Amino acid sequence: MSADADLAACGTTVRPAGDGDAVAGVLPRWVALPETTEDVSAVLRVAAAHDLAVVPTGAGTMLDWGPPPGRCDLLVDTCCLNEVLEHAAGDLVTRVQAGVTLGSLAETLASQGQRLVAEPPLEGSTVGGMLATGVAGPLGFRYGTSRDLLIGVTVVLADGTIAKSGGKVVKNVAGYDLGKLFTGSYGTLGVITEAAFRLHPLPADSRWVTAPFPEAGSGDAPDLAGTLAASVLEPAAIELDRPVPGGGMLAVLVEGVAAAERAKAVQDLMGADAEIGEEPPSWWGRLPGDDLLLSLRGLPAALAATLRVVDAQGARLALTPHVRGSAGTCDLRVALPTSSDPDRVADFVTAVRDGIRPLGGRLTGVTLPPDVAVDFWGETGALGLMRRVKDRFDPGHRMSPGRFVGGI
Amino acid sequence: MSTLQRLTARLGEILDRDSVITDPVRLRTYDCDGLTYHRATPGVVVLPESAEQIAAVVRLCDEYGVPFVARGSGTGLSGGALPRTDGVLIVTSRMREILEIDIPNRRAVVEPGVTNLAITEAVRDRGHYYAPDPSSQQICSIGGNVAENSGGAHCLKYGFTVNHVVGVELVTPQGEIVELSDRDPGYDLLGAFIGSEGTLGIATKITVRLSRTPEAVTTVLAAFTGIEGGGRAVSAIIGAGIVPAAIEMMDALAIEAAEAAVHCGYPEGAGAVLVVELDGPHAEVDHQFAAVERICRETGAFEIRVAASAEERAAIWKGRKSAFAAVGRISPAYIVQDGVVPRTALPEVLAGIDRLQEEFGIRVANVFHAGDGNLHPLVLFDDAVPGQGERAETVSGRILDLCIEHGGSITGEHGVGVDKSRYMPRMFSEEDLDTMQLVRCAFDPKGLSNPGKVFPTPRLCGEVPGVRRGVHPLVESGAAEQF
Ligand SMILES: Cc1cc2nc3c(=O)[nH]c(=O)nc-3n(C[C@H](O)[C@H](O)[C@H](O)COP(=O)(O)OP(=O)(O)OC[C@H]3O[C@@H](n4cnc5c(N)ncnc54)[C@H](O)[C@@H]3O)c2cc1C
Repeated sequence: MSADADLAACGTTVRPAGDGDAVAGVLPRWVALPETTEDVSAVLRVAAAHDLAVVPTGAGTMLDWGPPPGRCDLLVDTCCLNEVLEHAAGDLVTRVQAGVTLGSLAETLASQGQRLVAEPPLEGSTVGGMLATGVAGPLGFRYGTSRDLLIGVTVVLADGTIAKSGGKVVKNVAGYDLGKLFTGSYGTLGVITEAAFRLHPLPADSRWVTAPFPEAGSGDAPDLAGTLAASVLEPAAIELDRPVPGGGMLAVLVEGVAAAERAKAVQDLMGADAEIGEEPPSWWGRLPGDDLLLSLRGLPAALAATLRVVDAQGARLALTPHVRGSAGTCDLRVALPTSSDPDRVADFVTAVRDGIRPLGGRLTGVTLPPDVAVDFWGETGALGLMRRVKDRFDPGHRMSPGRFVGGI
Repeated sequence: MSTLQRLTARLGEILDRDSVITDPVRLRTYDCDGLTYHRATPGVVVLPESAEQIAAVVRLCDEYGVPFVARGSGTGLSGGALPRTDGVLIVTSRMREILEIDIPNRRAVVEPGVTNLAITEAVRDRGHYYAPDPSSQQICSIGGNVAENSGGAHCLKYGFTVNHVVGVELVTPQGEIVELSDRDPGYDLLGAFIGSEGTLGIATKITVRLSRTPEAVTTVLAAFTGIEGGGRAVSAIIGAGIVPAAIEMMDALAIEAAEAAVHCGYPEGAGAVLVVELDGPHAEVDHQFAAVERICRETGAFEIRVAASAEERAAIWKGRKSAFAAVGRISPAYIVQDGVVPRTALPEVLAGIDRLQEEFGIRVANVFHAGDGNLHPLVLFDDAVPGQGERAETVSGRILDLCIEHGGSITGEHGVGVDKSRYMPRMFSEEDLDTMQLVRCAFDPKGLSNPGKVFPTPRLCGEVPGVRRGVHPLVESGAAEQF
């Protein structure tokens, strides 16, 4: 039977793809709309029988992150896997299908005074998208990122095998943690269909303290972000927004019953210009750009030195980098101006990579147009092992092929 | 000559003579970990001093097809470090150096044999500590903690080893030295490696995250007439949006044992005690303490003590921390169980354990991390009484069944090891286990790294099937990157 006929007969809605379904510019032939994990399995079995390349998607808000797939026949759209399966408030645990949006989940949880502290930077993102990209929000500084909050996962492998690991209890060391492996795997190991998370209570009160970011250009400016990060005041997040070199703002979130009182102490640390607000600054938790976006992970004490490298290369190439993200963990995003010259962008990426490597930093692409001729992900420590994992999980290399490190 | 003998003969190429143990008497000192009823004398023991030596030993094992097992301090409670009579035991006790302390970046780099507590001791006077705190922290090694993804009383608020380790250098089962870092792009192999119980290779260098010592710590001991009151207090505390650093509970029998052993002076007549520790900024802790005190009174605590000093805090913890060893005072032998249930199922599961005690005439002392539903029932028996050991074994297994029935887990922190591999199929389907096996095969295609642990039936990995598509062979081989 043809792939068309088998897809039509697999018990799940499958429609022909349209222009809006392109993945980073690559157009699939079909879009499947499964409603259950078993549906996903049935669809992937057909894909396996016909050697179809598969890309999973949630709301599509981050579908263009990563290089374009080498090929893409079938988009598995998890939009209909949209049920919150369980919210066990007394256990501080929730279990959801992967297509649930984080916004709707937040509403459900808030009705019982709880939250999932992982928050992706884009409106409408799904749980599956957040996990697949491993994207972190400001609160990652205190609570860890989605990989730290994930306690159980159900996935479907390229051959249709349904597998789960973990469970719905916070503490559990039985078996390998497949959730860790799938978090940040960019759809290259299989489709995440269900996830269970540990939750936290909503804070009783919150304050944001903002002040100009002291540049450490001269070398003697105090390491304010470091001081705050190590402070017994225990900020929940320390975020930096720096649209142009030298023009940054630092914003610190304090949460808890005594947030107002602690915010005053944070204000004292941050200097005379610091202001306390009850709302986050408009840029809080948002991306600094969308079509030329990079991710920079460094060591927190090297923040100033890392920014100097970014500035120097930006100046050399006449590109103004907009840096935003966690100054507490030095997990930053760097946006370059839209429609910058691709060769200069490639030069920038390579030069910044070289410059921050001795500082312990790594720069990877998030969204880069295909004409930017640079290794999207850059070096990584264990590529050989990663390839072996990929080969075992997806021997035909049909899951989001080419979207990950080393062309995985 | 056996294969192992041939391999042993070549160890001299890698290690000094005093780093290779073949004397049968000395070998026997390594025949078990903390789970002493599983014993096997290792074929040979090596005491390497560097990652390079470990890699060379592992490469020999790979060459000869000989299994190897890593061992840290041997405090594991699931037989994870149980040696192979036909294999090499690689002990990290000579790799005890703290290589780097980096306070500005809040991290430390240590060798795998460094004890958990040694890290905290090295950074305490600089206002930091290493958060995961297993009760065995004075002796257990960081390498063992990484392998077991160990927790501790304070993991309710702060998480487990996996949340505090940001980098591992490991020797793969094929003998390569590989670095895993949380900053590197790619699969989270670090997360997959932590908790893999020595089956994916040997950690030779570990980078841990250091945490800031909290400004304030308050420890409360609340005594209840029965376990139900304590359970209600725990629910109400969580329901009030408070996440204490720790909430521990002990039942009457566990209290009796602790009194007999360490005279901890817990309130007389207590059918259950709750230890609640709150930490963080002063202003938050004061507020939470007031709420916890009120909740405990409302739920029936008949006595509440608050530790005002470090000594008083230690006194409160003394009973709890000695509980395991203490039951030795009231019973000739016991099994330490480790299971998890959703916290709200605790009352039902405890009632189930009561029923098991009656049905089998076996006593169970309950000590647990109440905040996260992690039970440590201590199943007591007298090995001099015929049949009691078997009945205790049955009760212990039935407790795990209760945990699974209630949506929990067969282990919260002690690991699967050899002890619980047979329970894995009750918690996971064949597909689940086969999928986990894919990870194993990627790291350890010959199955030489701690074989026979975690998974019930060893499976052969075989070649990677299927055709390669979509990616250029040069990219595949690493000779070129895809732009
Ligand atoms: C009294 C007592 C209290 C305890 N309390 C707790 C507790 O509160 N929380 C908790 O989580 N655990 C607890 N444990 C269990 C135990 O201490 C932990 O599992 C600990 O992490 C084991 O460390 P170890 O160095 O003794 O490892 P070992 O027992 O030597 O080995 C454990 C496992 O780790 C592997 N391993 C060891 N080193 C390495 C390495 N470098 N690389 C790869 N694999 C390695 C071994 O092969 C084995 O599978 C307790 C044990 C005792 C005896």
